[in-house]
Amino acid sequence: MIITYFKRIIRTGFINFWRNGFLSFAALIVLTLSLSSFGVLIFGSAFGRTLIEEVKNKVDINVYFTLNAPETSILELKKTIENLPEVEKVEYVSREQALTSFKNKWKDNTLILQGLNEVGSNPFPAVLNIKAKEPSQYAGIANYLDGKDSLSKDGTAMVDKVNYNQNKLVIDRLGRIIPAVQKGGLIFAAILVVVAIIIIFNTIRLIIYNSKDEISVMKLVGASNSYIRGPFVMSGVMYGTISGILTLVVLGIFAFYSDLAIIKFAGVQGTQDFSLIVNVFSIYFKQNFGEIFSIIMGSGVVLGAISSYLAVRRYLNV
Amino acid sequence: MPMIYFDKVTRVYPDESIALDSVSFTVEPKEFVTIVGHSGAGKTTLMKMLIAEDRPTQGSIFFESKNIHKLKKKEMNKLRRRIGTVFQDFRLIRDKTAYENIAFAMEASGKTDKEIASDVPYVLDLVNLGDKMWNFPHQMSGGEKQRVAIARAIVNQPDIIIADEPTGNLDPINIIEIVKIIKKINEMGTTVLLTTHNKEVVDRVGGRVLTMEKGKIIRDDKAGKYIL
Repeated sequence: MIITYFKRIIRTGFINFWRNGFLSFAALIVLTLSLSSFGVLIFGSAFGRTLIEEVKNKVDINVYFTLNAPETSILELKKTIENLPEVEKVEYVSREQALTSFKNKWKDNTLILQGLNEVGSNPFPAVLNIKAKEPSQYAGIANYLDGKDSLSKDGTAMVDKVNYNQNKLVIDRLGRIIPAVQKGGLIFAAILVVVAIIIIFNTIRLIIYNSKDEISVMKLVGASNSYIRGPFVMSGVMYGTISGILTLVVLGIFAFYSDLAIIKFAGVQGTQDFSLIVNVFSIYFKQNFGEIFSIIMGSGVVLGAISSYLAVRRYLNV
Repeated sequence: MPMIYFDKVTRVYPDESIALDSVSFTVEPKEFVTIVGHSGAGKTTLMKMLIAEDRPTQGSIFFESKNIHKLKKKEMNKLRRRIGTVFQDFRLIRDKTAYENIAFAMEASGKTDKEIASDVPYVLDLVNLGDKMWNFPHQMSGGEKQRVAIARAIVNQPDIIIADEPTGNLDPINIIEIVKIIKKINEMGTTVLLTTHNKEVVDRVGGRVLTMEKGKIIRDDKAGKYIL
């Protein structure tokens, strides 16, 4: 009997969905748009995270050493800095590596290479490139370096300059802006989610309002609340499922065509200058499809079912 | 033991208007009771009380000695399955065909698919609608809709049929048709409680007539008189 009961509920849910025709179609569009706002949030946060990571990666502190600073002392200092808790990584660029890198960069420019030859000896200092875990931690690292003895063991001057002071303003601003952007993004996301939920709930409530007389008739012929509610919840699940699929299709199209759109909008040069923003969406969509699928479909089905359940409850008190 | 017992039932609406004023009467099993009265006399309110669509402000209504308004939800559903209801405005489910409207009442009663498949065409034939089985309400005339509503009311073989102005929206030919069907149902042993303000209906039905005015029962005639 239970099987028959559920079979009837599912069958009636499908039939109602189909017979509602235009109303179902309109509801699917509204639900798809609302679920798309979840997609906007997913992509927005992926884009924001990539952007922030890129900016963070571009921020660092460079310690430039004097030309005669002994390499062993530099490597010792590197080890000490690496042990600091706020340091993510320290990269050592020797004088020879700096020279090779310069030559490679300007290999096509004979004028510059000629100038380099005229200088004779290697003019490039060794550099320690320090990356902190968070932009706000650079000040602490710079303070540590300031307090460090700048002489090597044999008493020669070792550190020529630390570029934190030149970049201090930008680093400090980033340290303040990034948490604010993250916080603002969270608030925006919460508002968008609430608005989407309200829209979905009201759309389904309108459809069920349209059936309120039928619900009272069902009550009067002795149907139980669960038997009346079942097909409506089933239709709600269908609205959620179909609009979830439509949303995934829309997001997929957006993700894979966003590269073209960005190139068209920003121009080739612009996209090269800001190469970080191209391919973010398509790569993110491919890599995280399982997660996106679960969020969109889960939200659609759960919201569809809960909205229907609550909306019908209103009319069951006959 | 009476099947239905109204014990000093009063219904006062929030705007202070009195729909029923200390109404008391009984209905015996297999009886055909017609309730007559002008619009606003309280006939529909009285019917709504019986199916617990409305609640009395004072007094009690008993169905086989059980107070209807003290029943739990499940018991109420069971009771409603024992009462077949016919309304003036048909109250069919608009997105369901004639067959599905009747089948729904059977499904609600827990009938099997086999029973539904055999009983629904049978009752539709009884009300001469065998050929309109798959029509939706909007594809049927008023008389046809009312016959579907009657088929739905009788399909679970209820103990009582409550018909609230079942001929109110119908033309004279359909009125005769519907009265014939309801009389036949009563002759087969089902109690019928019918409201109307149509003299011809009362004359055709005969039997006991309760006359209502301003929320009160002012006459209770055994001989089927329509005096207003």
